[in-house]
Amino acid sequence: MKPVCRLFAVLPVLLLLLSGARADDSLGDLIDALATGKLKDRAGQIEAIAETGDPQAVPALSALRDGALYFRKSDKKVFMTEKAGTGFVLFDPISGTEVETLAKGAVKKIKVNNKLRRQLTAVIGSMTLESPDADTRLAAARTIFKNGDVSALEALDAALESEQDAEVRAAMELARASALLKSDAQTFEKVKAVELVGTKGGRDAVPLLKELASSTDESVAQAAERQIAEIEKAQALWNSAQTVWYGISLGSVLLLAAIGLAVTFGVMGVINMAHGEMVMLGAYTTFVVQEVIRGSFPGLFDYSLLMALPLAFLVAGACGFAMERGIIRFLYGRPLETLLATWGVSLILQQAIRTIFGPTNQEVGNPSWMSGAYELGGLTLTANRLWIVVFALIVFAALFLVLKRTGFGLQMRAVTQNRQMASSMGIRTPWVDALTFALGSGIAGIAGVALSQIANVSPNLGQSYIIDSFMVVVFGGVGNLWGTLVGAMTLGVANKFLEPYAGAVLAKILILVFIILFIQKRPRGLFALKGRAVEA
Amino acid sequence: MITSFVFKALDRRAIWVIAVLVGLAVLVPLLNLALPAGHPLHVPNYAISLMGKYLNYALLALALDLVWGFCGILSLGHGAFFALGGYAMGMYLMRQIGSRGVYGDPVLPDFMVFLNWQELPWFWYGFDTFWFAAIMIVLVPGLLAFVFGWFAFRSRVTGVYLSIITQAMTYALLLAFFRNEMGFGGNNGLTDFKDILGFAIQADTTRAALFSASALALSAAFLICSGIVRSKFGKVLVAVRDAESRSRFFGYRVENVKLFVFVISAMMAGVAGALYVPQVGIINPGEFAPANSIEIVVWTAVGGRGTLVGPIVGAVLVNAGKSVFTAAFPEFWLFALGALFVAVTLFLPKGIVGALSGLRKWRPRRAAPVMADAAGEAAE
Repeated sequence: MKPVCRLFAVLPVLLLLLSGARADDSLGDLIDALATGKLKDRAGQIEAIAETGDPQAVPALSALRDGALYFRKSDKKVFMTEKAGTGFVLFDPISGTEVETLAKGAVKKIKVNNKLRRQLTAVIGSMTLESPDADTRLAAARTIFKNGDVSALEALDAALESEQDAEVRAAMELARASALLKSDAQTFEKVKAVELVGTKGGRDAVPLLKELASSTDESVAQAAERQIAEIEKAQALWNSAQTVWYGISLGSVLLLAAIGLAVTFGVMGVINMAHGEMVMLGAYTTFVVQEVIRGSFPGLFDYSLLMALPLAFLVAGACGFAMERGIIRFLYGRPLETLLATWGVSLILQQAIRTIFGPTNQEVGNPSWMSGAYELGGLTLTANRLWIVVFALIVFAALFLVLKRTGFGLQMRAVTQNRQMASSMGIRTPWVDALTFALGSGIAGIAGVALSQIANVSPNLGQSYIIDSFMVVVFGGVGNLWGTLVGAMTLGVANKFLEPYAGAVLAKILILVFIILFIQKRPRGLFALKGRAVEA
Repeated sequence: MITSFVFKALDRRAIWVIAVLVGLAVLVPLLNLALPAGHPLHVPNYAISLMGKYLNYALLALALDLVWGFCGILSLGHGAFFALGGYAMGMYLMRQIGSRGVYGDPVLPDFMVFLNWQELPWFWYGFDTFWFAAIMIVLVPGLLAFVFGWFAFRSRVTGVYLSIITQAMTYALLLAFFRNEMGFGGNNGLTDFKDILGFAIQADTTRAALFSASALALSAAFLICSGIVRSKFGKVLVAVRDAESRSRFFGYRVENVKLFVFVISAMMAGVAGALYVPQVGIINPGEFAPANSIEIVVWTAVGGRGTLVGPIVGAVLVNAGKSVFTAAFPEFWLFALGALFVAVTLFLPKGIVGALSGLRKWRPRRAAPVMADAAGEAAE
């Protein structure tokens, strides 16, 4: 009896000593302890590490489980290793930094058996699942969900009891269900788990469910198949929604590029071939504004686009005004010649920009509020595309209001519908023409500000949009803003829907062919003007 | 009457033009081949292919003038017909390479071997014989023009709308020919030609012969065009240009008239392209670019549309200017071209030839501008 008594007497002291020692001991010492002792001592050593609750220990524990934890024979220090040729690269077990490369004989593996592996998995699971950091817990739960780790079941149950965060909790429940499916649980439990995984798991659940669909348990297999079908249906729906979104995004770019053209063409019956260059001027204005801001007021960079908007309107508008007064007004009644003259202007503007800024692409930055992306269900909406859609609609609405609610808009519409009558009612039609042209060009400039965010700002910027803009205007019908809106969106969405089947280039060709055929059917576009203007 | 006078003048003018062209076709190769290199009248080799190129452009501009100047159809897609003719010729030349290509395949052109194609696509069959290629050179552009015109003129697409859909047509073809899957060499097009009809394509004599062929083709086309224009049909053409609805009410089938001249014009453009390709040694999708087609319009406008001689003068002058300009100040060529567009439309609506003949008619008689010469007035 005596030795036992003595032991009891010593024990509190010993424990005290131990705990004191442990408080001082760094995690490193505990890990190094793994190098000493025999296999049967290891369970206690692992337990000791687990009690620290320090997530830094997790890589070392995982390495131990996977048989990649070795100790250096010279000083019995423990390292994570990686095979390199005949030797091993040693990594510090805590920081993970590379220490040295040793020959095979200089290190020795720390052995574990299956029982210990199970213990390790549980320990790792609980250490991460009960980490104070919500992101770590979430990541751990998601990993378990993907791997369907049966051994993590207990740790999950324990973690679920104390979990407060709703998002983490949902992920843990999913993980639990997936782990349950891999275990030998009851059929009804499994069917329930399948349903949970199917409804909440989304795309990631498909591989797991596919595996289950071939399971021997009939009701589980059926449930899994049902869920796969559900998920695929939902996925297809989200995919088409995403395509529609891409289409709308492309459509709003087309709308921006074409809307100014619709104004000038609608009123004057003249297609301005230099329209693309007005867009380009807007984009270069943005570039210059950003350069000035970068050089002088870096703090204002986020507002650079807002500042560029009015300036681009003025620059392009002034350019359009000068063009109308200088060239186009002498060519009224000769639409084909106007087309040629404006093409000449476009060549001059392109070369001017090329001479001033050089032929290469200019870097136009995105302000911070235009970068990033939003998730909406299964949709990914990038911020710059979203803003461009919003912006295109704002420009459309503003222009619509100008046309319908202002005196100038009234005069413009009058001139569009019947030039002679408007003139005899006292409207100064030449003046209206000049202002209309300036307005259309100014809007093109604004479009340039937006397009500078998604397109390459180069002297060829305008050229790449001009033909598409024509197509939109011609398809939508002249003199009708709604036609332009509907035309742009239809062409954008149709293009994006064709792309997966035909490829980007072929899709564009098909759209062009479609428009050529459409014009045969309706020579004046989707929303044709009625009345005398038609045959003017 | 005044009109018959104008037509007689045109007649005399046509004889002059054809005489000059035939003279060039004989004289220039002679000066190139017979005279030694140092002789003051010797025509250097580079000038031969350069001038040959100008003559092909002139033929293209003449083709455009027939539809634009006389029928009021402003096609912004004539470059497409030119390029199609060029591709037909290019395919013949590719087949002539035979096993002399980089990969040495006896049948497949290099780019097909490179793309791992196993056999010749069906549309390349027959291009190993010249007569088949020669038929295709006029047939393919003509067929495209026929189908396109059939739809467009029937549904009475006119004016700016027609211009834009012709532009869409050439743009669509541009995109299509850029695709490797089309089987026309994609981005790089067709090049590396070796010989034509058994003669080495780089040889001086072949180049001189190609120049002569270009000059003769241009004079033949000029003869056809002035024949069409001076016939009764030509008067209907002008009537359609100046008052389409009225001609229709008189009982003319306007769409058939337009279709006929559109197809003829496209065929001429195809021939121009076919003669152009062996002289420059390459055809690639860049020829379909909408900007090229618009440039053709400018040559025609500068020379004077509705005059037949004008486009020839315009094409040669503008391209000679381009050669000089791009060599001397490459920066300013586009400025010059752009300014030319604006200046011609504002100040020379009838072009150089139109302005000159206006001057000549005005001086001796001091009469009002000739009524029949309404080329510049034709809107739409």
